[in-house]
Amino acid sequence: MKQSFAGTAPDNARSEPVYVSGRPSVTRFLLSAGVLLLLTAVCSCSAAAATDEEIEALRGTTLYVYNWGEYISDGSDGTMDVNAEFEKKYGIKVVYDTFDNNEVMYAKLKGGGISYDVVFPSDYMIGRMINEDLLEELDFGNIPNYKYIDERYRGLAYDPENRYSVPYNVGMVGLIYNTKAVTEPPTSWKLMWNSDYAGKIVMFNNPRDAFAIAQSILDIDFNTLEEEEWRAAADLLCHQKQVLQSYVNDEIFDKMESGEAVIGAYYAGDYLLMYENNEDLAFVYPDEGVNVFVDAACVLKGTRNKLAAELYINFLQEPDVALANAEYICYASPNVLVINDEDYEYYQNEILYPDEEHTPKTEIFLRLPDNINTLMNSLWEDVKNYDAGLGGADAEDGGAPQAKSKDVIKSYAGLASVALIGTAAGVGAYVRRRKRERSW
Amino acid sequence: MKNRVFSAKAASAPYVVWSVLFVIAPLVFVAYYAFTGSDGGFTLVNISKFFSAYFDTFIRSLWYGVLSTIICLIIAYPFAYWLAHSGASVQRTCVMLVMLPMWMNFLIRTYAWMNILQDTGIINAALSKLGFDTVHMINTGGAVIFGMVYNFLPYMILPLYSIMTKIDPSMLDAASDLGCSKLQSIIKVVLPQSVPGIVSGITMVFVPSVSTFYISQKLGGGSFDLIGDVIERQFTLSYNYNLGAALSLVLMVLILVSMFFMRRFSDADSDGEVLM
Repeated sequence: MKQSFAGTAPDNARSEPVYVSGRPSVTRFLLSAGVLLLLTAVCSCSAAAATDEEIEALRGTTLYVYNWGEYISDGSDGTMDVNAEFEKKYGIKVVYDTFDNNEVMYAKLKGGGISYDVVFPSDYMIGRMINEDLLEELDFGNIPNYKYIDERYRGLAYDPENRYSVPYNVGMVGLIYNTKAVTEPPTSWKLMWNSDYAGKIVMFNNPRDAFAIAQSILDIDFNTLEEEEWRAAADLLCHQKQVLQSYVNDEIFDKMESGEAVIGAYYAGDYLLMYENNEDLAFVYPDEGVNVFVDAACVLKGTRNKLAAELYINFLQEPDVALANAEYICYASPNVLVINDEDYEYYQNEILYPDEEHTPKTEIFLRLPDNINTLMNSLWEDVKNYDAGLGGADAEDGGAPQAKSKDVIKSYAGLASVALIGTAAGVGAYVRRRKRERSW
Repeated sequence: MKNRVFSAKAASAPYVVWSVLFVIAPLVFVAYYAFTGSDGGFTLVNISKFFSAYFDTFIRSLWYGVLSTIICLIIAYPFAYWLAHSGASVQRTCVMLVMLPMWMNFLIRTYAWMNILQDTGIINAALSKLGFDTVHMINTGGAVIFGMVYNFLPYMILPLYSIMTKIDPSMLDAASDLGCSKLQSIIKVVLPQSVPGIVSGITMVFVPSVSTFYISQKLGGGSFDLIGDVIERQFTLSYNYNLGAALSLVLMVLILVSMFFMRRFSDADSDGEVLM
């Protein structure tokens, strides 16, 4: 039953669910539950849980939630409507908004003028927000369901003392490929640089994820503080442009499902959705290592409804709610009751929950200091505008194509200004002539 | 009399309040951010970046904007002329058809074009069915310009059409009575009178083309930037409001200056009104 992970091409393995046996889940669960009980005991000493009267008093209040798009079970297709259930249980109205990525969320919060109670940043963004004092410490006495969070997702470096965040979803990035085009199961990120597939490869359109792939190949830490290492990764990304079709976000669904692209990198949970629409697609965690991410619920500083926010965060980890969310979102759940629920649609799914043997080398994103963040963003702009000479042949070394593109741009500029001035002069002369004619 | 002035003022108050809140105030913010650094102190560094780090990007945007404007003008002018001289029902139908795509969201239309133009898209599927070689269209500069022309063409057609319907047909009769050929009467009668329409059409196509970012990301594959992409990234990714505002401000000023010169030409013909 156990086969190499890279070899799980759709036609043999994916037609029937592969349940990898022998996961030491029960013992580990008991062990972690024990640790948890201890932890929660410590927590609840410091702050007593809210009384029923206090909770009852929240009826009629409003809770503002800011989450990723398509990131909560919303009642469509007979699923649970989580927000409605919460409203029913506590009588607290949920105002729910969504964002596309961490940076947009951060920019909106920093911009001011809006206030949310609960937000769902990812790991490195949580670190940044803690650092900038944007998050409120949680009162875990009100979040007893924290005990269900898998110990692997506690005390992570972005929130080492577990004071600000409760993991909501976790996941890993992997390599998605079309088995019709890529017949040899790949094991390396280098496939994304392979000229045999030129024009059929799509890449992350965000710097952090794109750099991480290059860094994996170069064996560089994702959170490195060495400027030279960031430059080296940027160089590698520039070289990739010769074979790249485009930079994508969620367009990758269309591109991979239609066969327009045959190689891409994206999140494991999203691959499962793509596979539903195109069974030729396969997924692998490359040997060089992958990024593991944690999206966690946090409470913003200045919240006017902290207790309701904590009730909401707690509610999300209720076993049935967490299960509904995990099945709707398709990302891996950090909730051990969900992970070990045999009725869960993705129970022991080898992509979301690879066993120890098949778990790739992972690394989490952490907050980058401002100077490195600025460097990364400016290198990313260079990468995006690097002209790899898409003809392919004339892109021998790094310098020549860029010089060539400069010349092309310059001549374009010349042409453009001549065209503009010409048109302007023409129209001007014409109008003046007309005017003269008329005044006769 | 006083009362009438007062009521006229009162009637315009909602719009005045609106524009102060949502036009003037944001502009003040843009200007403020453009001339300050992240520490809040006065600086010209961000402004100067427009002319150093991002000048090539700007020139590329300018070039794409000029090209798509010229293409729009070439397509729209004859069409608008023909339309203005067609029967009432044809006019109604065609104006409707021109506007119809605008009822659908601009982002969705552009996203749809991404699927139509791609190598496995509808056009290439049809081509290969018919036995032709497929043509690579998506993720090229051409696709971006095409997207601009497609999206902004109505803004060229409508002002041209509306100015041409106002041209007195008896003038064309007079021109032909005086011995003008059809072409001559178009050049000597229609063209001069339609200058205000041309100017406002150019304005309405060129300005959004030069500052677009969505079209270049979806149809250009994100492998080169237009100035709009750079500005967008400052707000959504780099969180550098100062640089984003500075780039926007310079772009705005450059566009305003070029508009000012355009207006000079059209103002020479004072009969026309500029549709904006």
